[in-house]
Amino acid sequence: MRPEVALPVLLPLLSGALSLLFWRSRPMQRFLAVAGNAALLLVSVWLFVSVLEDGYVTIQMGSWPAPFGITLIADTLSAVMILMTGLIGLAMGIYSLAATGHGHEKFGYYPLMHLLLAGVAGAFLTGDIFNLYVWFEVMLVASFALLILGGERAQMEGAIKYVTLNLLASVIFLTAIGLLYGSVGTLNMADIAVRVEQMEHTGMVEVLAVMFMVAFGIKAAAFPLFFWLPASYHTPPVAVSALFAGLLTKVGVYSLFRVFTLIFDQTMGYLQDILLWGAVFTMVTGVLGAAAQYEFRRILSFHIVSQIGYMLLGLAIFTPLAIAGGVLAIVHNIVVKTNLFLISGITHRLQGTYQLKKMGGLYRQSPGLAIAFFVSAFSLAGVPPLSGFFAKFVLIRAGFEAEAYVATGIALAVGLLTLYSMVKIWNEVFWKALPEDNRVPEAPTPVGDDGRLLKPGLWLMYLPVVVLATVTLLIGVFAEPIMRVMTLIGEQLFNPAGYVEAVLGSPDGAEASIVEPLELDAEPSDAPGEELP
Amino acid sequence: MEPIMALAIGLLYATAIFLMLRRSIVKLVIGLLLLSNAANLLIFTAAGMTRGAPPLIPEGMSQPLGEVADPLPQAVVLTAIVIAFGVLAFAVVLIRRAYEIVKADDLDKMKDTDT
Repeated sequence: MRPEVALPVLLPLLSGALSLLFWRSRPMQRFLAVAGNAALLLVSVWLFVSVLEDGYVTIQMGSWPAPFGITLIADTLSAVMILMTGLIGLAMGIYSLAATGHGHEKFGYYPLMHLLLAGVAGAFLTGDIFNLYVWFEVMLVASFALLILGGERAQMEGAIKYVTLNLLASVIFLTAIGLLYGSVGTLNMADIAVRVEQMEHTGMVEVLAVMFMVAFGIKAAAFPLFFWLPASYHTPPVAVSALFAGLLTKVGVYSLFRVFTLIFDQTMGYLQDILLWGAVFTMVTGVLGAAAQYEFRRILSFHIVSQIGYMLLGLAIFTPLAIAGGVLAIVHNIVVKTNLFLISGITHRLQGTYQLKKMGGLYRQSPGLAIAFFVSAFSLAGVPPLSGFFAKFVLIRAGFEAEAYVATGIALAVGLLTLYSMVKIWNEVFWKALPEDNRVPEAPTPVGDDGRLLKPGLWLMYLPVVVLATVTLLIGVFAEPIMRVMTLIGEQLFNPAGYVEAVLGSPDGAEASIVEPLELDAEPSDAPGEELP
Repeated sequence: MEPIMALAIGLLYATAIFLMLRRSIVKLVIGLLLLSNAANLLIFTAAGMTRGAPPLIPEGMSQPLGEVADPLPQAVVLTAIVIAFGVLAFAVVLIRRAYEIVKADDLDKMKDTDT
């Protein structure tokens, strides 16, 4: 019995249920937002440590043996993703205390946030493909409601596109599950992996692989399926934007990594080129879209798309090193992108707008915020010694080793364009003087997203920003131990036999080449999330 | 039975996609509804259809006699129906609110957030 695998799902569900019970009690909901998410972070650290010790941690729900019941399994990839979920969850819990208006709190902001985190954690941990679909839907329903919280026109328009395309992706996913079950007769991912291997080779495997690629591609916002993202991510309250930006699209990317390394690894020869050029175009269109924008959150939304390209590039190159680089890119991006959205929320609070043209002078007004932005933005662009540099460095080295010169060259060029966008924000928001027509009064009156006055709680917004910026720095400083974890992930994903054995138990006569678990040496606090105060 | 089901499913998918390509948001939601129903039927059919053989184990035995229907796709479809119901209920409320705010049943009038 390994409770730490189930707890990251159960804890947010519990906090969410308690928040619903205390529907009228705003202080209680706010307390649960912080305490519940802090508990989630603790549990995720626990899970991470035990996965580092044992390699794989599984739990069979209801004690039904593996291919029949639902399995929850954490390998190193899942554990790292859960760790990031815990970190972002706590950051959002604290930030939301100050950033969320009373009106939003009254309409269930906190229960929805917990539900969303439960869905994300469930998707990272499940070992059952239909269960993955269910967690996706849990996450989606929570995100739908969060997206339209406030009910402004832009939110409605954004939500219609978001809802339609995500539901379409869900149906494609469901169709693929149905056909897959028809072909192999099982829903357990490890069992599917074994049976797909033995399936007589017809075009069916390729068809299924492409369906999964399209479904997760929509959810991950990959080219040419990303249009819903920049149309909707800048519309909800900023804390919601940040939560979406940090976690939601990454669940799609995670699912691509999982499905294509575990189940469809032998179709990679056929799909590799599609994925590779999909990744390249994702990077390029995202970064070009951002270059044309002058609204803070829209620029950031397009950069989410662009960064998804880097993660997919890691999967498309398909060597252990590239996978390690792709996962490092996910980890780095979760921290940095969330932080940039959080910073955009603070600048909005200070200057009352997201339009770059109307902002200015924040370097003088709030130098600490400027430094936090500087660190995050330059990390996103891949400037050493920050986290983004190492992600990009590993990916590009893997790209050259795999002789994908054109794609790798484009990835380097996209880095420069990312820098251009970030410098644009820096110049407009922090460096130039505040335009005459937007003189902020001496003491800015804090107003929530719904226009009601809030208690000045700016420090609650600064705290997560500072912590996340520090985490970015620390990922850069402790790049070597973190890279060891990433290498382990690459090896584990490349040898699905270990995963299969962890779920199904050791099959007779099968020579399983399990990757040795990492020895915990020197500093056990390698994990980026453990540096939290 | 399977050929008829296959035709029906194909027709449902086609109708759903046609409706989703229209400009009206009401038709969009009807399209989504048909699409999820089509997917449910597809799971049901792809998993193999067995008539009149419930998966029951006779008393005193440890496994069912002869060929029985596979209960798993039915459980899966049931779950999928419930999820689709919830999500589509949300979608219907959403288009109603969107219609109230935008005052048009036309996707082309909802381009403010596009870029």
